[in-house]
Amino acid sequence: MSQYTAVTPEDLQVMLGAIGVGSIEELFSSIPQALRLQRDIDLPPGQPEQAVFAELRELASRNVSSEDEITFLGAGMYDHYVPAIVDMLITRSEFLTPYTPYQPEISQGGLQVMFEFQTAISELTGLPVSNASLYEGPSAVGAAAYLAKLSNKRTRHLVSRGVHPDSRETLQTLAAGYGTTSTEIGLDEGLTDLEALREALSDEIGAVIIQQPNFLGAIEDVEAIAAAAHEHGALVICAADPLTLGVLEAPGNQGADVVVGEGQTLGNRLDFGGPSFGFFAATEAHLRRMPGRIAGETTDADGRRGFVLTLQTREQHIRREKATSNICTSQALNALAGVIYLSWLGRRGIVEIGELMLQRTHYARETLAALDGVHKLHDRPVVREFALRLDAPVDRVLDRCAAAGINAGFALRRAYEEHPDGLLVAITEQRSRADIDRLADVLGEAVAAERTATEATV
Amino acid sequence: MTSLEGGATAQQRERATTIFEKGAAGRRAFVAPELDVPQVEGLIPEGSRRAKAPLLPEVSEPEIVRHYVNLSKRNFDLDSGFYPLGSCTMKHNPRLHERVAALPGHARLHPLQDPRRAQGALELMFNLQEALAEIAGLPHVSLQPSAGSHGELAGVLLTRAYHADRGEQRTKVLTPDSAHGTNPATVTMGGYEVVKVALDTAGGVDLDDLRAKTDDQVACLMLTNPSTLGIFDPNVEQMASIVHEAGATLYYDGANLNAIMGYSRPGDMGFDIVHFNLHKTFTQPHGGGGPGAGPIAVSERIEPFLPRPQLVRRESSNGAAAPRYGLDHERPKSIGKLRGFQGNYGVFVRTYAYIRSLGAEGLKDVSEVAVLNANYLLARLREEVGEHLPLAFGERCMHEFVLTGAPLKKELGIRTLDLAKRLLDHGMHPPTVYFPLVVDEALLIEPTETETRETLDAFVDAIAAIVAEAAEDPEIARNAPYTTPVRRLDEAGAAKRPRVREAIEPEAG
Repeated sequence: MSQYTAVTPEDLQVMLGAIGVGSIEELFSSIPQALRLQRDIDLPPGQPEQAVFAELRELASRNVSSEDEITFLGAGMYDHYVPAIVDMLITRSEFLTPYTPYQPEISQGGLQVMFEFQTAISELTGLPVSNASLYEGPSAVGAAAYLAKLSNKRTRHLVSRGVHPDSRETLQTLAAGYGTTSTEIGLDEGLTDLEALREALSDEIGAVIIQQPNFLGAIEDVEAIAAAAHEHGALVICAADPLTLGVLEAPGNQGADVVVGEGQTLGNRLDFGGPSFGFFAATEAHLRRMPGRIAGETTDADGRRGFVLTLQTREQHIRREKATSNICTSQALNALAGVIYLSWLGRRGIVEIGELMLQRTHYARETLAALDGVHKLHDRPVVREFALRLDAPVDRVLDRCAAAGINAGFALRRAYEEHPDGLLVAITEQRSRADIDRLADVLGEAVAAERTATEATV
Repeated sequence: MTSLEGGATAQQRERATTIFEKGAAGRRAFVAPELDVPQVEGLIPEGSRRAKAPLLPEVSEPEIVRHYVNLSKRNFDLDSGFYPLGSCTMKHNPRLHERVAALPGHARLHPLQDPRRAQGALELMFNLQEALAEIAGLPHVSLQPSAGSHGELAGVLLTRAYHADRGEQRTKVLTPDSAHGTNPATVTMGGYEVVKVALDTAGGVDLDDLRAKTDDQVACLMLTNPSTLGIFDPNVEQMASIVHEAGATLYYDGANLNAIMGYSRPGDMGFDIVHFNLHKTFTQPHGGGGPGAGPIAVSERIEPFLPRPQLVRRESSNGAAAPRYGLDHERPKSIGKLRGFQGNYGVFVRTYAYIRSLGAEGLKDVSEVAVLNANYLLARLREEVGEHLPLAFGERCMHEFVLTGAPLKKELGIRTLDLAKRLLDHGMHPPTVYFPLVVDEALLIEPTETETRETLDAFVDAIAAIVAEAAEDPEIARNAPYTTPVRRLDEAGAAKRPRVREAIEPEAG
């Protein structure tokens, strides 16, 4: 008996008797001897709960989390505040422990949450239909490209270099399977190069994939990009940060056919990268091609309003190899956190938090770019994140900042070799003016110190 | 008598109203932090500033709490009752796991934190990889895939990369008739044609059919063992050699790993690629449909193609210092990333806590009791209702089994669906129904190791009561359920006229 099983010696006798065998081993007799493991699995012995807690706490203590430093690190996931009601509600057994709502009569809670989630995503993105969530952001971009292929059968896609590097790489990984190729469209001073895009477009291009705001924090002209793409019958797929969509125009209102994205910013914690959720919204025309679960409204035998998983003929358990996707997971619990968070922010809050990020981002960018040896990487309007160019080795500067308790951001050279000393700085509502001023002090000193050190060695 | 005790409460049976129908103009829960920097106009270019704010709810915090608490009460959950949903391994979710996953050092760790300042997380992931490799009997692991279906896709893409590296382009993937629907769907997304392999009379893969269909165009055979019929296929070694002789890979769908831990390992059976469902075998709470995680373990020849980044342990040059963990992005033959960052770390924390709690002996106990419980439940059901609900294949089972409701339908006039719906009135979650597809009126039952004998007996009593009731009056089951927040729902209508979002009045409230 382990801590989670309950067979007493008496139970065992009764149960073996009912089955008609003499031992548990007999139940495994269908496994041929040659395939039996002739030893124990080589793992340390089990531990009592308090010992496991202590070990996991010790491992946690060897991580520097956003609790331990003032962090400006973003690049796809962001240190936003998660309100207490999210923790309280998503840890309720009724949400935490059921599975996919296969029996709608006893799953109305979860199904209605999906319906509400779809409504919220539809509102944010400006598109009429949303699914109940996907794994996470970059794979949602890959799923959108697959939808484009199913939709117009074209196999060539254009992807902006402003799209998150993980999304671009995931797209490539998945495209090796479903058979599309993508060509990258470069950035011109921080924005997708519209001229290059127009040149690359043709009637063979199935989709144009962009991100809003893009990886360098710049606000793309989605409308102009969409107009250019639509001239050639290409779909426009836009990855968006949902938390900026209170102040930025919804990509769906600017011509995007599919809007996807990473949902972590909506009430989900960082968790070293997951679990979070991806979202996927589209125009009506694509409803029956969408991947993942979708909740729909209906009525019961007494005419009472209810919700069910709908349009399941798209899905793998019905259509098997003809399904529109293999995905059967929705990140239901993370999506629940998302819709609770959006209700908490509310109609005014989504604008206020966007405005706050916009203003503080501007302040931070101007303050930092005024430092000696620190320059804006581009001049384009930005929200929530911006890129700098340092006159000093970025990794060494980051180390100096870390020693002063500041995580200054993401070294762009990790993904953009053309910016060897670029620094990407992220702002959330948790980073106050005082935090930004402190970053300015520390970064200024670090850059100065590194420049002195470099000059000394020359 | 159509109702049972413990029916829906008045609150549960109220008309459903969404959060978007609640609240009033001006209500709010969020108080914005002060704007502490000078306000500047015109920061967003003309045309890119949102013209009309999204119509999110306008509700107070107490309204939000009451709304979602009330919604939660319209859900059935594993903590409240028996949930023998076959193939899903609905086992108890230890709350220790939630506590440790919520520690700020795990929960507030940024995925791009410098690896030197995330050594605890990387060490945890490394140790988890080692444990999963040992359980699978395969040397290399990638934790990156986000779910079982994602792990499958990884497996198919790895197979493609493996053959491409050898200058081969193959076109077909084999799956048995009993496979999970995700298998064929994944094969299509991976750019291969699905070829079905027939089952033999015992429910295993038909070896003759497998031989006939295996040629140099076959890239992979995807298999679940024990199969979705709850049967361990004893011919798996022969299958492995047939497939390997043709140069194809053998893929193991780990959905049913809960049956064999400590007894047998996919790697020892000859599999090249295995995925784990951490939300099934390793207690990640199912969360209403997710999150999960679907790590893969692979053989030596598949290793070069694993997704990036791959975890590495570097021994320190001076023996005294602890080893350092890092992320290796330089993997020239890698299939690339399958998603952002390193995977669902929060799930890894829970899985690791589970493996550390149970150890080798505890994991073996899990499989033993899972198989014992399933066989006991099967024996009791055969004794009570075996005539109407016989076992589809064989005599015994592993951790789950498939009954056919065909005789019940023929003799008493109620379908498997009706039986399932009537079970809802007994306060139990029905088994998986109408899967696997190869069994008529199928019921796939998986009790898991964490249920007591008393619970299993109560389930047998409920099934027996429903069968006895149907013999008297089949209409009762045909119109069930009666005690749930809603009754049977019009699914066809929902699909015909899809309403997938709430209509919102611009100035609601």
